[in-house]
Amino acid sequence: MTSAVEARGVGKVFGSGTDSVEALSDIDLSFSPGDFVSLIGPSGCGKSTLLRLIADLAQPSRGELIVNGKSPRQARLDRDYGMVFQAATLLDWRTVRKNVELPLEIMDFDAAARTARAEEMLALVQLERFADHFPWQLSGGMQQRVAIARALAFSPAILLMDEPFGALDEMTRELMQQEVLRIWEETAITVVFVTHSIPEAVFLSTRVLVMSPRPGTISEELVVDLPRRRDEDTREDPRYFKLVTEVREALRRREREHR
Amino acid sequence: MSGDGRIASSDEVGRSLPAVRRLSRRHLPAVLAFLAVVLLWEGLTRVFRVESFILSKPSEILASFVETGGTIWAAGMRTLFEAAGGFVIGATLAVLTSLAAARWAGFREGVLPLAIALNATPIAALAPIFNNWFGLTNPFSKMGVVAVVVYFPVMINTTRGLIEVDPAEVELMRSIAATPAQVMRRVQVPNALPYFFASIKVAGALSLIAAIIAEYFGGPQDVLGQYIVNRAQLFQFPDAWAAILVASIIGVVFYLLILIAERTLMPWHVSLRTEE
Repeated sequence: MTSAVEARGVGKVFGSGTDSVEALSDIDLSFSPGDFVSLIGPSGCGKSTLLRLIADLAQPSRGELIVNGKSPRQARLDRDYGMVFQAATLLDWRTVRKNVELPLEIMDFDAAARTARAEEMLALVQLERFADHFPWQLSGGMQQRVAIARALAFSPAILLMDEPFGALDEMTRELMQQEVLRIWEETAITVVFVTHSIPEAVFLSTRVLVMSPRPGTISEELVVDLPRRRDEDTREDPRYFKLVTEVREALRRREREHR
Repeated sequence: MSGDGRIASSDEVGRSLPAVRRLSRRHLPAVLAFLAVVLLWEGLTRVFRVESFILSKPSEILASFVETGGTIWAAGMRTLFEAAGGFVIGATLAVLTSLAAARWAGFREGVLPLAIALNATPIAALAPIFNNWFGLTNPFSKMGVVAVVVYFPVMINTTRGLIEVDPAEVELMRSIAATPAQVMRRVQVPNALPYFFASIKVAGALSLIAAIIAEYFGGPQDVLGQYIVNRAQLFQFPDAWAAILVASIIGVVFYLLILIAERTLMPWHVSLRTEE
């Protein structure tokens, strides 16, 4: 089976000469289709940069990336991935429905197909009742659910999420995590999820990649062997606590080595 | 959830009466302030026996307005024709330039600094030259001045609105592989609308000023600018003031029309958000 995302010797340097900063160095990875992979690490470890390289929103300085069997650029042009940013980035002048339809308009879907698909997506994130609201009328969590619906509207193979719940309160955050897991189960999509929350990474993922800064590298990888179906009980599972501790220790180990 | 409380009620009929009351309550302070100024003006000019050629009394102006209203309104409509014509020409050219400036960085970098410099020049001073170019009696000599006055602020602001887009929105469009034309239509143009409307609200007022100033430099006699000059020379100051009153009424109506267009085209506008 071809991997969903693959990186070989990927590095990224910002700037040039003496002012240059090595954001990523020697990244090798391979995600299988259906994986839920979290990239976790302290700020400045290059986790968002790595996601942006996968999304072809930035170019690697070294090495090669393969997304859905092709170059990141081709994958972007083929709409192989949907992206959810840290801020919901909804267009203020469009209703919820029209925001979800945006990628479909860009792809020249006809009006009937757009409407049907938007209905389906809004049902998926349970926002049917808010289809004709404007973004400012929604709470932060609801806005982010619209952004997820928009990213999934064209059925991409991969969902890229860049700290999507970073701005939400803890309660909303846990609800959103449930929501994403449900969508992941229903759509069998590959998810690459950037976060700095350890419990979030463990709760959601099948694999957690621990990153360390200066330069950004993948320092450890943990396989989360919790059952695939997760719910509120998972948060009280001893195995869950053990994995949270393992990730925390992995992050600390790196921290110590850098001092 | 937070959205629930703000959904507009479908029960519009039952709400229309309180809506009228609320509207009048909102505008009551402005109406009272206007009446107070007029009364103070009338009172002070009477108490201090101010001569009409210095400051006419509101009652005299009103009398002149009632008596010569027909002539003044006809002059006002001709002036409005020049102002509106120049406004449409100037604003259209401005929007076209802005679209080009947003599309091609090289064009923008060459033209925008020049436009900002020209915007600082008192353009009404061009009026005698335009009279020369188009002929004193040709309405285009006045429309030309108005168009130039309107052009620069609209062009500069609209261009800014087209360019100063949230980088996150541009990135979003890139992630779904949108073409530059799609980004322009779906992100840049909607983003520029508030800038555009802010500029044409200012330009609308400027267009009347420019038309009247251009008329001062000569041309047909049956326009507001010439009417004001002639009446003032004949020491008929209440008539001149009545013409100014007409000019300001036209200006206010012009402004309100732009406001209605803005609210129709931008239903998402911040000022329309109500917390009912």
